[in-house]
Amino acid sequence: MNGRDTNDGRDPNDGRDPNERADSTRERPASRERAVELRGRDAELIEELLAGSHRALARVITKIEERTPGYRGLVSRLYDHAGDAAVIGVTGAPGAGKSTLVDKLASAYRERGDTVGVVAVDPSSPYTGGAVLGDRIRMASNVGDMDVFFRSMSARGRLGGLSTATADAVTALDAFGKDVVLIETVGAGQSEVDVVRTADTVAVLVQPGSGDDVQTLKAGILEIGDVFVVNKADMDGAERTLAELEEMVHRREGPTAGLDAGHHGVGIPNHPNDGSEDGGSDAARDDASGGDAAGDDVSGDDASGDDTGDAWTPEVLATVAKTGEGVGELIDAFDAHGGFLRESGELTRTRRQRYAEEIRTLVRADVGALATDAIERHGGIEALADRVRRKEADPYGLATEIVDPIAACVEERDGPSEPDGSVE
Amino acid sequence: MSVEGEERTVRCLVAKVGLDGHDRGAHVIARAFRDAGFEVVYSGLHRAPEEIVQAAVQEDVDVLGISILSGAHNTLVPKVIAGLKEYDAFEDTLILVGGIVPDDDVAELKELGVAEVFGPGTPMAETVEFVRNNVPERE
Repeated sequence: MNGRDTNDGRDPNDGRDPNERADSTRERPASRERAVELRGRDAELIEELLAGSHRALARVITKIEERTPGYRGLVSRLYDHAGDAAVIGVTGAPGAGKSTLVDKLASAYRERGDTVGVVAVDPSSPYTGGAVLGDRIRMASNVGDMDVFFRSMSARGRLGGLSTATADAVTALDAFGKDVVLIETVGAGQSEVDVVRTADTVAVLVQPGSGDDVQTLKAGILEIGDVFVVNKADMDGAERTLAELEEMVHRREGPTAGLDAGHHGVGIPNHPNDGSEDGGSDAARDDASGGDAAGDDVSGDDASGDDTGDAWTPEVLATVAKTGEGVGELIDAFDAHGGFLRESGELTRTRRQRYAEEIRTLVRADVGALATDAIERHGGIEALADRVRRKEADPYGLATEIVDPIAACVEERDGPSEPDGSVE
Repeated sequence: MSVEGEERTVRCLVAKVGLDGHDRGAHVIARAFRDAGFEVVYSGLHRAPEEIVQAAVQEDVDVLGISILSGAHNTLVPKVIAGLKEYDAFEDTLILVGGIVPDDDVAELKELGVAEVFGPGTPMAETVEFVRNNVPERE
């Protein structure tokens, strides 16, 4: 299956060996040190998750969301079994049709035999912390299909960042054995952008007739889109929005990229052509890529992945999520991008980038918490602020006073290297 | 550890099961729960019991509020409860029913495992308070 191939060149034996359990002495080939231990019943929980218990998976994600004491041990174990799923982010303005499209994508993936996980992120109230998570309403095509695991998450203002929580939840779904994990989030604000960045492939949804929106897209979302989707393509203005996006995509390409675009369709080797998708859904726009048969990549205009260059030119597609039009083509585009990532070695790069970001976020949050504790020990932030106000101290002096002991401890243990992020 | 919080957010599923299309009550409850600081997953209208079970299990909710105004509670609620048991999710889910339920049926539903039945006119604060006091403990 395609999702399986996403393994970025690691030992294919790692992960899903049935004999290998979290508590077993036989770790994966390169047995690694563990700094975090499992607590209490957590070993059992992991075992149940790996054995396919939905309840256990749901509970683990809750622990991840809650940052329940011990969740780190859980995620640490999950990493042993993750890395195989194709992770796809779907983002776009409110009302662009993300939930509906995700629903249709999930059922299309199910039709070709893939299991699917969905993480849908909704904003929460900054005042009460409460939230109404409504993305589930649209999941009408996958009723009673437990192989679509749909989980709503609220963007709680939490330490360590929403992106970390989402990434951890994705890891849980991945370890559970999902072939495809879809992340759905509103494309507004940095934290949401960070969320989709944890995906291998990012689809940005745009509504037709949103000329000005396309303009605003340039600001941040354009850079992260691997596939641009004009959803609700049966509405007025779809053609124009498509054209605008095409133009933007090519501008983004820059003067050099694509000069030597061969477009032979090489480098996209294994389109799963099990016939379930093709034909059923005609291209909403027939000049767009990958009209029918998934296998041949005649999509002249912008399907890339050619062996000549190592840059990906984003595809621009049209869909009508409500009817499922164009969903097959969209999945083809995701597959093509997945193929490109593997062929070009880009996957290794994006994964490395993602893990780097995760490490950085965790370290920053932890060090930040150390600093918060230190501030408390120095009498609390308000008392400190009062000292500055009374001219007894200054912010720089106080910061040094608080951080120096921490830095000293770190140096003592690690030797005098740069204490990453501790001086923030 | 530092990135680990202490306070647990209460997660609720507000569910409309069966054929009745009256969701005003469900909306009001969803909002009240949200304003109380809960996270509310709303199911949407006309859900089948298995959908509710699927949602409750996957979302790992603490509270399942089922709104039924069609009078079909005696058929639908047992199905939901049976499904929850199948996925081992019955024990630590607080099950509430909202709607118009005759007294005799209330007793029956409670027998089945419904924690409380809230009829029309129940003050929001009362429901919220009930949830706060009865949310199942987790290890």
